[in-house]
Amino acid sequence: MCCNKLSEGAAAKFAELDEFIAGLNIDRDDERRRGRLIQVLHRAQAIFGYLPREVQIHVAGKLYLSEAQVSGVVSFYNYFTTEPKGKYKIDVCLGTACYVKGSEKVLSEIERVLGIKADTNPTSDGLFSISALRCVGACGLAPVMMVNGKVYGKVTPAKAVEIIKQYKELG
Amino acid sequence: MDMITSRESLTAAYNAAKGELALRCTDQHDINSAKKDILCCGGTGCHASNSQELIANLRKLIKENGLENDVRVIQTGCFGFCAQGPIVKIMPDNVFYVQVTPDDAKEIVESHIMGKKLVERLLYVEPLLKERIHDYAKMSFYAKQMRISLRNCGLIDPERIEEYVAAEGYQALAKCLFDMTPEQVVTEVLNSGICGRGGAGFPTGLKWKIAAGVKTDEKYIVCNADEGDPGAFMDRSIMEGDPNSIIEAMSIGAYAIGAKRGLVYIRAEYPLAVSRLQIAIDQARKCGLLGDNVLGTGFSFDIDIKLGAGAFVCGEETALIHSMEGQRGEPTTKPPFPANIGGGYWGCSTNVNNVETYASIPMIIRKGASWYNQIGNWKAEWDENGNFKRTISGSAGTKVFALAGQINNVGLVEVPMGTTLREIIFEIGGGVSGGREFKAVQTGGPSGGCITKENLDTPIDYGNLAKIGSIMGSGGMIVLSDKDCMPAMAKFYLDFTRDESCGKCTPCRIGTRRMLEMLEKICDGTGTEKMLDELESLARTITDTALCGLGQTAPNPILSTLRYFRDEYLAHVRDKKCPAGTCPKLYTLTITDACIGCTKCKRNCPVGAITGEIKQKHVIDPAKCIKCGACIDGCPKKAIVKG
Repeated sequence: MCCNKLSEGAAAKFAELDEFIAGLNIDRDDERRRGRLIQVLHRAQAIFGYLPREVQIHVAGKLYLSEAQVSGVVSFYNYFTTEPKGKYKIDVCLGTACYVKGSEKVLSEIERVLGIKADTNPTSDGLFSISALRCVGACGLAPVMMVNGKVYGKVTPAKAVEIIKQYKELG
Repeated sequence: MDMITSRESLTAAYNAAKGELALRCTDQHDINSAKKDILCCGGTGCHASNSQELIANLRKLIKENGLENDVRVIQTGCFGFCAQGPIVKIMPDNVFYVQVTPDDAKEIVESHIMGKKLVERLLYVEPLLKERIHDYAKMSFYAKQMRISLRNCGLIDPERIEEYVAAEGYQALAKCLFDMTPEQVVTEVLNSGICGRGGAGFPTGLKWKIAAGVKTDEKYIVCNADEGDPGAFMDRSIMEGDPNSIIEAMSIGAYAIGAKRGLVYIRAEYPLAVSRLQIAIDQARKCGLLGDNVLGTGFSFDIDIKLGAGAFVCGEETALIHSMEGQRGEPTTKPPFPANIGGGYWGCSTNVNNVETYASIPMIIRKGASWYNQIGNWKAEWDENGNFKRTISGSAGTKVFALAGQINNVGLVEVPMGTTLREIIFEIGGGVSGGREFKAVQTGGPSGGCITKENLDTPIDYGNLAKIGSIMGSGGMIVLSDKDCMPAMAKFYLDFTRDESCGKCTPCRIGTRRMLEMLEKICDGTGTEKMLDELESLARTITDTALCGLGQTAPNPILSTLRYFRDEYLAHVRDKKCPAGTCPKLYTLTITDACIGCTKCKRNCPVGAITGEIKQKHVIDPAKCIKCGACIDGCPKKAIVKG
């Protein structure tokens, strides 16, 4: 969790987050202030792209919670990530409907082509990262993959490679 | 929409709005009508298939041709027939087009709208009749359905409260507030027989009765929209297609139990549902249907959205409550139940129901308990006052199932309880895809079990599914064919529950891991027969000792596949064979003499494992082969076999 990754425009990002938190009128003496934590983390991840330690510490301070409480929540939920993602975030659905339609093969082919594993660091050029997720609810199109939220349905291993190629060309 | 501050103003709003739906609520086939509503599916599935672009194209063409005064293009919620999306339905013509692309907009406008001529090629081909039909009601996918909780999905524009009001929305709330006491509302729901549609099947009325009985100032009513079962998407569709029905039902529930605040806990993975629900809440607030003094009755109620963050266990109500409080979503032992003081949100009495349950409530209130409990196969014992005492057999009402897997008509279907699996899979679902043989259907997701051919004619209700070793769950139905390996399916589910175990109790945290390891060995061919007994014994221990529903039901996929497909497990451990041919370590791919040396497989192989000259038999190097099957799919002579 290197701090350098955050340096670019970090001050503006923290300012944006602070503005959001200020709007929530957090009261130090209200034990229910904690109920805002997940909402704040969602916003923080939207701003920073991930939740590195210094962002977690910052959120803890603003909500008058301990770092351990924040870290405990961040590590519990799949949606939160403490590592940066690639420019193109590839999500492969491993929900049941996609699984029986062969999404495992799609995932392993993408992993093979990009040379990285799902839910680990992005490719060395920073272009791609892969996540395996459970069900986007588009079961009619199984197997499904997404690139930065755009859904591709009825994907085969070969089709997945084609899709990645298109994004690679975009750079 | 104007402020609605009394029953009279609601009636006035209904009278003003009902014309909105006039074209859409008809059985006619009036292709010559100049006025038309073009309904386009705007659900997640069709969104992904470019329905947005299609809608934009249709609107543009309607405008260009000067038809905008007569023809409206309306983005509705999900029609349920996801396999055939994007769907376009034209009313009052009652014409149903399937798999419509953005480029088809031109032909629809020019030929159908302007030329009054059907676009034959976009009509659905009914597999049983093998002919193209245009009438929605005659399609086997819809003919046996009874849409109550999905009533407005595919009918109204979910982003306009006017259309919900036009569909008799908020009439049930008015009936409760003006004509019924909270106790009467609870009794009505109890007598309707509806049970929790989220999985466990606890009688909703009883839950409300318990919550209503708690005397306290601060009470909450919660909608559980954390649809975690991978393969089930009915809650998502309802929120995307008919969000106001959830608001109305939660208001009714709040009135019945005495709550002033409502919370919807919704998955962050459903951005479209979150945005539609937020729009609906904002519109309801704006016209006074949420907030202080609703309909001038003194009843006050408002709803907030709480986003989840991706944890399956948060579907369990105590875990869900902890998550809403900003904590790790870990469950706690019950009692105290959420309805008890000390058990709910911030320790307050809290009532939690599922989305689909809520979606049925306005209809139950509007049409009455005795209307709803006649639907389905419910038999109950009644007391001297004619009120519900206990269930004898069956279940009341309808249930939405999400059909997926190896089935032709993937989609959402709503049928009366007591419908058989055969009707759902072979009539509504159009049978197993690819002409394969039916093997089993997994219901209840990772907490459920499989149902085999022998039980295809069992009427589906909560009790019957439990009897045959599965559960209703949230209504996911994954159809499996002879090409699906049952131990591998069990492994898939265990991988899921192991991943999603919150780690609080030992049986679940460590037990799911140990079971998964055994299943991995079985599927790798390194398992033993003794392991099957150990697996079964461990599974039973976890069922008995885990803290919450997730752990207690995690072994279900194993127990049920062991019960019905033990021979398949034995083939893996004894003969080291995978009968379905899907476990990669238990087969090799070889090229037979049928090979003509076309080199297609060689070119398809992603790892260069195939060698051979043109017009000569090719060979696969088993050391390099990753068994992806790309060669099999490409071979024109079917010369590549698993063995």
